[in-house]
Amino acid sequence: MMRIDHKYILEMIEPNSHVLDLGCGDGELLSLLMKERNCRAAGIEIDEKAIYKCVERGVSVSHGDVDSGLADYADKRFDYVILNESLQEVLDPEKVIAEALRVGKKAIVGIPNFCNLNARLQIFFLGRVPVTKSLPYKWYNTPNLRFLSIKDFRDFCHERSITIERECALNAQGEVAFAHNLLSDIAIFLIRK
Amino acid sequence: MPNQYIETQYFTFAHPPHELVLKSGVKLGPVTLAYETYGQLNADKSNAILIFHALTGDAHAAGWHKDAKNPGWWDPMIGSGKAFNTDKYFIICINVLGGCKGSTGPSSINPATGKPYGLNFPVITIEDMVISQKYLIDHLGIKKLLSASGGSMGGLMALEWTVRFPGTLQSAILIATNYKHTAQQIALHEVARQAIMSDPNWKKGDYYGKELPAQGMSVSRMIGHITYMSERSMEEKFGRKLEGKEKVGYDFSHDFEVESYLKYRGASFVQRFDANSYLYLSKALDYFDLSEDTDLVGAFKDVKTKFLIITFTSDWLYPSYQSKDIVKAMKANEVDVSFIEIETSYGHDSFLVEIDGQSKLVSDFLKNVTVTPPGGVTV
Repeated sequence: MMRIDHKYILEMIEPNSHVLDLGCGDGELLSLLMKERNCRAAGIEIDEKAIYKCVERGVSVSHGDVDSGLADYADKRFDYVILNESLQEVLDPEKVIAEALRVGKKAIVGIPNFCNLNARLQIFFLGRVPVTKSLPYKWYNTPNLRFLSIKDFRDFCHERSITIERECALNAQGEVAFAHNLLSDIAIFLIRK
Repeated sequence: MPNQYIETQYFTFAHPPHELVLKSGVKLGPVTLAYETYGQLNADKSNAILIFHALTGDAHAAGWHKDAKNPGWWDPMIGSGKAFNTDKYFIICINVLGGCKGSTGPSSINPATGKPYGLNFPVITIEDMVISQKYLIDHLGIKKLLSASGGSMGGLMALEWTVRFPGTLQSAILIATNYKHTAQQIALHEVARQAIMSDPNWKKGDYYGKELPAQGMSVSRMIGHITYMSERSMEEKFGRKLEGKEKVGYDFSHDFEVESYLKYRGASFVQRFDANSYLYLSKALDYFDLSEDTDLVGAFKDVKTKFLIITFTSDWLYPSYQSKDIVKAMKANEVDVSFIEIETSYGHDSFLVEIDGQSKLVSDFLKNVTVTPPGGVTV
């Protein structure tokens, strides 16, 4: 079964593209892109165990962190740079987005939506930092350094003259048709400078 | 016991007047290379993998020699069902030019004098080693290598192969290596060389048939072994344990286990290696600089090889950042490269002892490499 976010990212990517996945994990998405879209794929991943899985899948991967991994690449070297579920974990998201749009013609950014209905209700009624499907951690063990909503990311792009070509809001049922910021767990943006 | 013993083979070429012209301009010939092979070369010769040994290694990478006490130096990695799977691949390992394990080196007989070369042996470089290896690969009728791999000095040779013969190597696996020696690496080698050369028995390299410069060699090997381990691995292995005594002796005999370990390593090195070869090979390492004619990015301009680069967190002799520089230069050229830094305490020696992680990486990486033979059919 393909992960729902992977399904929608796959749809955003033209066949035969050259793709870099920042924080590629065990290489599942890149492996799909190689098979289903005939992409040339490369990844950057910090977790040593995940690197073994990438090599097993035939995905070319570099062991390193997202914050510093982009400097190695020339301008517009990739058709797409993917930051799926990794932007909220980087130290300097502003720089990473700028770098992603430097080395990539386009970027695909997948974020957990911190302000969905469930999270809002937990804050309002329970008075505690929410724990949701897309944000399953407690305050003391979360790898997330940044907490943002769909609206926050839209604002971020707008302020930097980054064009959002597509915005795809998802929850467990699939694509959310309206009230993205309220009803979706995650969102995937296709952006370009 | 093994069902089949391995025998070293020999290939001699560059007979005068067709000597090998070395990087220094000096001619050398004839040249003999000792090599071993494991597994079977397939019909279209597309399954060959070249393994390079490190500074004091030899052609005996795997399997057993008759009456040997130990298998080849990378036996856990090479064999049936292992990372370099001899059921699938044809593995070749060659003793380097300048070595002392069957290939032409300073301890070989100089045909001009009938005596060992000693210091009359020309200075050789990593480039010379690689060029001599190409003669053997051509002799075996292999046009494309599925892969090439080595740790430490072996990694430098793999790297030089990809740059010197672009298109010949489908893939390369570089382990615990770099692309040029830093001042610290040269300095450590120089101390080891000085230890040998200051031994009165060294006699400017003319010690063959006489007493060996054993003390100097032993000290040079002790220095080597310290650099191959990490502080943590030495602490875990020896700590402050005493050797054969309850209390320190307050004299200069051996107190600590680490002292007798180094002494033992030094003494066994004298038996198995030639002092002059150590001088020549360590110098070849120090001379190597892939970026000497161009910058490092330029060096990989025509390289189409697919790379796997492995480093170890505790390796302070060939630290990871040096491999990261290689990765960076490769990425600037759109070279297909994977890089991993394995967490381990074994230091530079990790490439010989940290087998599990390397085995998985190497076998999975090789599974995804194919050679396209001249017919164009991918196998």
